[in-house]
Amino acid sequence: MALQSLDIVRRSATTTPAPQARGAHSGQVAKLIDVTKCIGCKACQVACMEWNDLRDEVGHCSGHFDNPPDLGGQSWTIMKFAEHEHADGSLEWLIRKDGCMHCADPGCLKACPSPGAIVQYANGIVDFHEENCIGCGYCVTGCPFDVPRISKHDRKAYKCTLCSDRVAVGQEPACVKTCPTGAIVFGSKEDMHEHAAERIEDLKSRGYANAGLYDPAGVGGTHVMYVLHHADQPELYSGLPKNPVISPFVSLWKGAAKPLGLLAIAATAFAGFLHYIGIGPNRTDEHDEREAEREAQRLRAEEHP
Amino acid sequence: MTNHWVDIRNADVVLIMGGNAAEAHPCGFKWVTEAKAHNKAKLIVVDPRFNRSASVADVYAPIRTGTDIVFLGGLINDLLASDRIQREYVVNYTDLSFIVKDEFAFKDGLFSGYNADKRNYSKSSWDYALGDDGFVRTDPTLADPRCVYQLLKQHYARYTIEMVERVCGTPKDKVRQIWDLIASTATPTRAMTIMYALGWTQHSIGSQMIRTGAMVQLLLGNIGIAGGGMNALRGHSNIQGLTDLGLMSNLLPGYLTLPNEAEQDLATYLTPRTQKPLRPKQMSYWQNYPKFFVSLMKSWFGDAATAENNWAFDYLPKLDKAYDMLQAYELMHQGKMTGYICQGFNPIAAAPNKAKLVESFSKLKFLVTMDPLATETSAFWQNHGVFHDVDTANIRTEVFRLPTTCFAEEEGAVVNSSRWLQWHWKGANPPGEARSDIWIMSALYLRLKALYAKEGGAFPDPIANLSWKYVHAAEPSAEELAKEYSGRALVDLYDPKDPTRLVRKAGEQLAGFAELRDDGSTASGCWIFCGAWGPSGNLMARRDNSDPTGVGNTVNWAWSWPANRRVLYNRASCDVTGKPFDPKRTLIAWNGKAWGGADIPDYGAALDPADGAGPFIMNPEGVARFFARGAMAEGPFPEHYEPFETPLAENPLNPGQAQALNNPAARVFKDDLPSFGKVDEFPHVATTYRLTEHFHYWTKHVRLNAITQPEQFVEIGAALADELGIANGSRVRVSSKRGVIEAVAMVTKRIKALTVDGRTVHQIGVPIHWGFLGAARPGYLANTLTPFVGDGNTNTPEFKSFLVKVERA
Amino acid sequence: MNREHDREIVRYRAPTRINHWIVAISFVLAALSGLALFHPALFPLASLFGGGPWTRILHPFIGVVMVVAFVLLAARMWRDNRIDARDRAWLRNVGDVIHNREENLPEVGRFNGGQKLLFWVLVTCVLVLLLSGLVIWRAYFSQWFPIGAIRLSAVAHALFGLILVCSIIVHIYAAIWVKGSLRAMTEGKVSYGWAWRHHRAWFREVVSARRRAD
Repeated sequence: MALQSLDIVRRSATTTPAPQARGAHSGQVAKLIDVTKCIGCKACQVACMEWNDLRDEVGHCSGHFDNPPDLGGQSWTIMKFAEHEHADGSLEWLIRKDGCMHCADPGCLKACPSPGAIVQYANGIVDFHEENCIGCGYCVTGCPFDVPRISKHDRKAYKCTLCSDRVAVGQEPACVKTCPTGAIVFGSKEDMHEHAAERIEDLKSRGYANAGLYDPAGVGGTHVMYVLHHADQPELYSGLPKNPVISPFVSLWKGAAKPLGLLAIAATAFAGFLHYIGIGPNRTDEHDEREAEREAQRLRAEEHP
Repeated sequence: MTNHWVDIRNADVVLIMGGNAAEAHPCGFKWVTEAKAHNKAKLIVVDPRFNRSASVADVYAPIRTGTDIVFLGGLINDLLASDRIQREYVVNYTDLSFIVKDEFAFKDGLFSGYNADKRNYSKSSWDYALGDDGFVRTDPTLADPRCVYQLLKQHYARYTIEMVERVCGTPKDKVRQIWDLIASTATPTRAMTIMYALGWTQHSIGSQMIRTGAMVQLLLGNIGIAGGGMNALRGHSNIQGLTDLGLMSNLLPGYLTLPNEAEQDLATYLTPRTQKPLRPKQMSYWQNYPKFFVSLMKSWFGDAATAENNWAFDYLPKLDKAYDMLQAYELMHQGKMTGYICQGFNPIAAAPNKAKLVESFSKLKFLVTMDPLATETSAFWQNHGVFHDVDTANIRTEVFRLPTTCFAEEEGAVVNSSRWLQWHWKGANPPGEARSDIWIMSALYLRLKALYAKEGGAFPDPIANLSWKYVHAAEPSAEELAKEYSGRALVDLYDPKDPTRLVRKAGEQLAGFAELRDDGSTASGCWIFCGAWGPSGNLMARRDNSDPTGVGNTVNWAWSWPANRRVLYNRASCDVTGKPFDPKRTLIAWNGKAWGGADIPDYGAALDPADGAGPFIMNPEGVARFFARGAMAEGPFPEHYEPFETPLAENPLNPGQAQALNNPAARVFKDDLPSFGKVDEFPHVATTYRLTEHFHYWTKHVRLNAITQPEQFVEIGAALADELGIANGSRVRVSSKRGVIEAVAMVTKRIKALTVDGRTVHQIGVPIHWGFLGAARPGYLANTLTPFVGDGNTNTPEFKSFLVKVERA
Repeated sequence: MNREHDREIVRYRAPTRINHWIVAISFVLAALSGLALFHPALFPLASLFGGGPWTRILHPFIGVVMVVAFVLLAARMWRDNRIDARDRAWLRNVGDVIHNREENLPEVGRFNGGQKLLFWVLVTCVLVLLLSGLVIWRAYFSQWFPIGAIRLSAVAHALFGLILVCSIIVHIYAAIWVKGSLRAMTEGKVSYGWAWRHHRAWFREVVSARRRAD
């Protein structure tokens, strides 16, 4: 969507602060996905495709319900189905809506080299501005959840926008609007925490002792959260990371390496400059030429005695 | 549904069996999540597959397809043995105390009166014993060995938990856990709802499965109460309207029935349908049958229906037999039916045994299809390679494809599973040359009428005299038709009790079916819809979702048949004095003078409960039936019979009884018997079903749906896949006695091998949504595999249980 | 053959010089485009390449050109860059190097210890940049690698790119510092005096060889 600078609190590849006057005084937003209510109907996928005018390829069945099988430029959210058999033989079919988590500390934004291609709004939404995207894929590298995808068609990065266009005019995201079971809800992050607490209490009463909220602190919390029956084992849900953090490699790459690298280059050049000023060039003079000629004659004499 | 979608949130226990609501009814399923989240409800799913509903269930149990009567019959046995029944309810509101005729018997797996040659029953012994007063004899102590309670107990004594495990393959501990949870709703303060769909109807004993479920609900006192009921989840958005309006070969609108061949005069027709009470003081509402019937005939034939011509009774066809779809295709196959108009229907995909269907359709002289989409039926003569390999040159059928509007391109009411008639408005203009079904049928009718006028004919009267008083004869409006089926006064109507009081002026819309008369002074095209467009206007268009009592009935939202009633049999939610069994889920109550509350009483509005009328007013006995009398084809009590293609050599409940292996009264034709496979050749049990991502054979034409589920697959349990060396995602060949399909193997832990009668039974799942046309990848029509056999009552084909052989492709 | 010409030595023949400058130019382009993607402050460098997307598209291809050219160049030079005991002694006396006190240093062959060290640093950098660059080349190769490998490669690519840039700065400065060096790579020749001063062992070798050839 268009650049609305006053709503943007963070901007990729930008070393100075964004305008900070406008704050999220009515609270930051969050989408809560109650995995325990989700029936995997994919209505959210279809609503996403409809609202955003996306149409992926008609693919293949790969032996799973997951279709399309992966996130992509035309598929910003997909359902992931995981069959998990417990030690006692009981089975669970854990179905998770996958998509951007809208981290408070977004790895994509940190990794992005293009100024303003990735922004974070005051309400917490992390959005891609594809007109600034250069297609390098660093956002993919930076994301702890492996969410952004580079479109094969236009080489731009895409992911869930949390319907920032809808939210900006006071509507809920399309997936929330369409979810038939109420498994996806949307509101202020605070309200979503309260709603989740009720759900977790219900789940605990049904024997899910480890039910809990997935709002991982490692990325500063997320603006898309999950209610999980097994919050102690998020990996069961098609590999939801247990303690997602921005990879130390990415932190080094996009953290210390940047100023130190520039410093190193500047220092090297400056050292040369100082050397030139202080010690000066190393010139071949007449003395060297004479000595060389003498040496050459000597060598000639040795060769032809 | 006896109840309605929103009401599911009032349940304490939700049993999904014979259906997969999360998969096939995801929008309605929200009320299950509501019940779980806000009513602490427990969800039970019993299904051959661990499906999407099971994924959010509290308890799941696997079951062998087609054995639900054993599971539920065992439950009945268990409830009776442990006396976990709502005694006050069953004693007063059911026929448990009724005495059954001495001639009635059940022996060797068959009920009395079986005729093996005709494969049907003479049902005269299947009835209550009448006393000298003409009423049924009862024993309120339930001690009489011939009372329904004792017969019921005796019948289901064979259905032990061990038998359930042996026949259904469901582990005993799971059975016990589920039965105990269900039994917890025997108290008046707890309710269970049963949600079912084609997983029960599409069996050769489907109707009896549903009945068994209903009997469980009656024992637990769960019929007529908020959060209870027997809730059939309808598949098409207006399939409820289809049956309501009588679009079955033996029905008239409002569940009136066509006369049969023996009923050649009106009196003979009306007498058995105008049911007199079987117990004292009962309402026996079908006593009003003549009012409904005469009003229907006045609606159809107007001034041509008179008392003198018996309200045009002679215009109606008299059935020599049922003309269900299986019969129709059998007749086509025999060359006896040579033309077919196929309106909103894709039988080449939707009826069983595709090979037989193609043969049948190839023998037609003409076929007309009316559909918004290019259906497989309209293209059955085209060769589509391996997916549909026909010899086009040898098919002489002339096919007319008439494109029609779809629901969003027209105005009108749609009846949902909740029996709500919800008016909707046109959202878009139809594309191209598409016309409404009304336009097409009107054109056909007007041409036929003109032809009769011009050329005459053997009996032109029904066509010539059909009342057709619409502003635009070529395309009657939805409003006109709605007003017609609702009904109006033809003359000024006066109160019969006070002849000076004018109730309705001539031409005024009627408020309800209570105003219908049998003297030709009223017209109503469908008595159960009477009042939908009442004197105050179109009640179907109401959109007030206020719910003052909190029970969720929203009686000012649209209009629910009958009489805007939201929960059927709601009188049964109160005790005999009219006090609600559970005040927290009050639907109606007796205040000393009248009934009132959150719903329209299913009872006389001012009928004093002390008068003793029962709550099941449509039954002449005033109570609900455990003993079905002659209403079912197979017998008064549901008995388990194996599917026509069964992995078992005999029916474990009736060992050694060859006649009782399969439903002895099923809809089956002799020439189809050789097309049934045996377990030695086809060792795997298959069931067909639907996926959330698709709707029947329609949405494969839609890119969005095709994206979410692009390619045909079959679900195969991990154990069977191991045994056959099938890798997930590889291709498999699935064959039945009738044909072969190939699809991607989806190897899953969600289908477990079952131990049935001492041996391992593997079940596979065949989703139905692919075909040789559409935006999704082409696939085989799943009915290539399915057997041409149907339920004995509804004639619904057995799509849910058949035998196949699975191999690596 | 006049005397003036006779007192010069061919240090780099034309193919080598052309090869070197292909490497040099592609390095400069790769470095500028790489730096544009490395630090926001340098992102405006992307304008030199037609904007961000073109920078992203061109950088890896330029890199491939550089690698190929570098490999050819290194193939010509690696024999002369084997580090021996004399080089290690030279490197130990780096203070004398910096202060232009070459008289205190061991005699140097065709390349001195610093040049050889640089050579192997460059070889290492180019190898790592090639491998890591392929892993993070999103358009063609990234899909074949796990995300962990991509992340490691991203940081390795940046670090070795920095080392390379710094090394090349040293390399360029050396050419500015040691007068006459630049001419060796432009015109290909150095004077007897230059060779005698900076690469005495090589000078002797070349002069002796020339006499033998006479």
